Amino acid sequence: MSDIEQIPVTMTVNGKKVQRFVEPRTLLIHFLREDLNITGPHIGCETSHCGACTVELNGMSVKSCTMFAVQADGAELTTIEGMANADGTLSALQEGFRQMHGLQCGFCTPGMILRAHTLLKENPNPTEEEIRMGISGNLCRCTGYQNIVKAIQYAAAKLNGTEFQEAAE
Amino acid sequence: MNDMTPTREQREAALEGMGCKRKRVEDIRFTQGKGQYVDDLKLPGMVFGDFVRSSHAHAKITKIDASEALKLPGVIAVLTAEDLKGVNLAWMPTLAGDVQMVLADGKVLYQNQEVAFVVAENRYIADDAIQLVEVEYEELPVLTDPFKSMDPDAPVLRPDLDGKTEGAHGPRKHHNHIFTWEVGDREETDKAFEEADVTIKELISYHRTHPSPLETCQCVASMDKIKGELTVWGTFQAPHVIRTVASLLSTIPEQKIHVIAPDIGGGFGNKVGAYPGYICAIVASIVTGVPVKWVEDRMENLSTTSFARDYHMTAEIAAKNDGTVTGLKVHVLADHGGFDACADPSKWPAGFFNIVTGSYDFPAAHLEVDGVYTNKAPGGVAYRCSFRVTEAAYCIERAMDILAQKLDMDPADLRMKNFVKSEQFPYHSALGWEYDSGDYHTAMRKAMDTIGYRELRAEQKAKQEAFKRGETREIMGIGVSFFTEIVGAGPSKNCDILGVAMFDSAEIRVHPTGSVISRMGTKSQGQGHETTWAQIIATEIGIPAADIMVEEGNTDTAPYGLGTYGSRSTPVAGAAIALASRKIRNKAQMIAAHMLEVSEYDLEWDVDGFQVKGNPQARKSMKEIAWAAYHAPPPGMEPGLEAVSYYDPPNMTYPFGAYLCVMDIDVDTGVAKTRRFYALDDCGTRINPMIIEGQVHGGLTEAFAIAMGQEIRYDEMGNVLGASFMDFFLPTAVETPHWETDFTVTPSPHHPIGAKGVGESPNVGGVPAFSNAVNDAFKFLGSTHIQMPHDAWRIWQAAKDLGAHG
Repeated sequence: MSDIEQIPVTMTVNGKKVQRFVEPRTLLIHFLREDLNITGPHIGCETSHCGACTVELNGMSVKSCTMFAVQADGAELTTIEGMANADGTLSALQEGFRQMHGLQCGFCTPGMILRAHTLLKENPNPTEEEIRMGISGNLCRCTGYQNIVKAIQYAAAKLNGTEFQEAAE
Repeated sequence: MNDMTPTREQREAALEGMGCKRKRVEDIRFTQGKGQYVDDLKLPGMVFGDFVRSSHAHAKITKIDASEALKLPGVIAVLTAEDLKGVNLAWMPTLAGDVQMVLADGKVLYQNQEVAFVVAENRYIADDAIQLVEVEYEELPVLTDPFKSMDPDAPVLRPDLDGKTEGAHGPRKHHNHIFTWEVGDREETDKAFEEADVTIKELISYHRTHPSPLETCQCVASMDKIKGELTVWGTFQAPHVIRTVASLLSTIPEQKIHVIAPDIGGGFGNKVGAYPGYICAIVASIVTGVPVKWVEDRMENLSTTSFARDYHMTAEIAAKNDGTVTGLKVHVLADHGGFDACADPSKWPAGFFNIVTGSYDFPAAHLEVDGVYTNKAPGGVAYRCSFRVTEAAYCIERAMDILAQKLDMDPADLRMKNFVKSEQFPYHSALGWEYDSGDYHTAMRKAMDTIGYRELRAEQKAKQEAFKRGETREIMGIGVSFFTEIVGAGPSKNCDILGVAMFDSAEIRVHPTGSVISRMGTKSQGQGHETTWAQIIATEIGIPAADIMVEEGNTDTAPYGLGTYGSRSTPVAGAAIALASRKIRNKAQMIAAHMLEVSEYDLEWDVDGFQVKGNPQARKSMKEIAWAAYHAPPPGMEPGLEAVSYYDPPNMTYPFGAYLCVMDIDVDTGVAKTRRFYALDDCGTRINPMIIEGQVHGGLTEAFAIAMGQEIRYDEMGNVLGASFMDFFLPTAVETPHWETDFTVTPSPHHPIGAKGVGESPNVGGVPAFSNAVNDAFKFLGSTHIQMPHDAWRIWQAAKDLGAHG
């Protein structure tokens, strides 16, 4: 084993308090995936371009591949594993992604949904342009984004209690 | 009749069979973060492997010293080519008939080439150790320009081939030459050019790019030394082929190798080949006896595990004054990098590039491809493409536009004039293919009418006049692209991978309660096979798709298949699924006849069961028949209800489409805005329109990226310049245009359900549509061809060169 000093960190992840010792250089994404077995957030680029590792940290969207676990000490985190409704059913966003075919390989999806989740808190009724700008830190190689936009509009309508109307082609 | 009895329509809808926009079953796990990708796998005692890579593009290796690295706590081993020689794995065969270094053997041929493999307790320690491995290089002259590969004094890249005048695909004419591939009739084509009224000639380059799925290439290899069994989980688009290759290379018997492809985070051709990382992880697990994980980072992915395109195509067309084409000549200079690791069917060194006559009735054609080595990453793979079809489609679609310009004809009219006519199918092309079906004129007309083509041309003309008068700095381009693809590789008569015929397979097992488990030789990487394969079975055997489970990727349980790439899944495995289903239905008919005490010839199929002809009340549903198959089969009949089908297609399938792109370009900034993009696809029978549309959106976005900026570029020292997402263009939601999709349906006459495949069409047809739009915008200023990629800088440069900046 490496003889680098281990630092204690405490955080609340998906409503559960966790406490671990980590090397100071451990990235938050590796802490989540390797130490906590939370494998929903993915690693796509290690340079904070792709957003596959996006989680919500203290109410903000954060790319967990470019943050150290120790920097998240004391924070409150939500990952895709914490997105379902309390009764286990799919949340509005999860449902929207499925209904609107907003995913294909699924690799970007956990980060994309987490970004959309925070976006809808910042702006509960975004225009298409605001959605496109709002998710521009998250890359998808499969869908061409068009159905992701619809998925987020679907979820916004559901959360706002308004009727979702699919835009005409 | 009881009011509660479902109607025929209700029973049909309950199946969620072919043609319905069934929601995807995969999404349940993917939207909850419960996908199982390779890097999610954790095994007891698992260690981590990572590469020491070359900083030089061409150099001798004079020394590798791993002693400092080995002193680092947590480092288990450092493998070099010398170690691999002990197990005869320092080099490996490529799919293209060449050999490739697994670890640098005495020299390196491209930047970031694998030099040593560090095995450590975790990825952080492996990274630390990489920095401690000392490698000494003696630099050699670097060759990055394929046009200089065959210069008399070009540096020798491959001393291992010294004196080898015969390659895997015929004679080699230079030390950096790989193959020459010739198709067509040279004499007849020359004659067409001699007799032509008009000819055009243009060098059309399709730059080097990369599929870059969001998940990189990765694997976990685990050798159980007691049982002598090797298990490899990996990002494999073709898991069975990987198993066979692993067995041939390692000499472990194939039944003791378990290859598993779990969920895959996108492939696009990147995950077809066998890469040094897989080999090294396997060897490291054999050496250490513990599981070894290897995960590429993004820079490694972009700079080493293959590339796509890098084709430099000189196209010539001969035509009459009225626009009728009479001959096509193409020469391709193909840059394969340091090793020919092309992922094509083994006998096709340039893939199916001989589809380059496209959708047009060329009476004569001749094609010659020269493959050469350079100091670049080896490849190339078919990036969302059926083996060089994207290059071919780009070549012919650009060349047709250039011809139209020379003839002062509208590019859409020129295409309409030369299309293969619907009554000519099956059509034999001058370069050897038999196009199975098509209705090009109908598709093109529909596209032009929908988008208002003539009105757009009038608007463009008015804008050009306004530009000339100095009233606007914006110009407008209309990109026309009509492509014919060739997919579904392929018939055993012409397609194999390392000798294995390119069939595909399905196994379907109906359980006593009428539910189904089915397994295929394909492997989805996002295409949604778990959803669509069940739809085919549902329609064929009348069991609801919701009761059908589809499993892929486990080579122990799935029948042998050649995997998913080249849009081959639906044309090949889709057919196997239909035929296996029909075997089940045939047996079910015999069981139903026994149950109803009639002759099987008195029965007819009706949605989800068999009924007596003329007496539909007397019927047995598939659920009832399934139970009977296990409970009381007819005397003399084997119990059970299952079937396997291996399908060797009689021909390829030929999807086609008409794409139109309207673009506005600011000549002073070079910024190009896609105003409209309309894509009409004809992929034959449509299994799930929602998924087709999603595939088209995704493929068009990749086409947009490639045409408008995505490139793997090298400087003259061989430094790779596009190896991170900082430099390699992947469009975000902001740049990505809005897509309009449409379709016609011309079923394949030889496919059991008439389907042709669609995944790659948008990439094949999309790139020429974008590039033609840019070129179309500039042609009134006197330009004939501007090379891709068309990023803002290059468009600005083109405008400047044409004097548009005043």
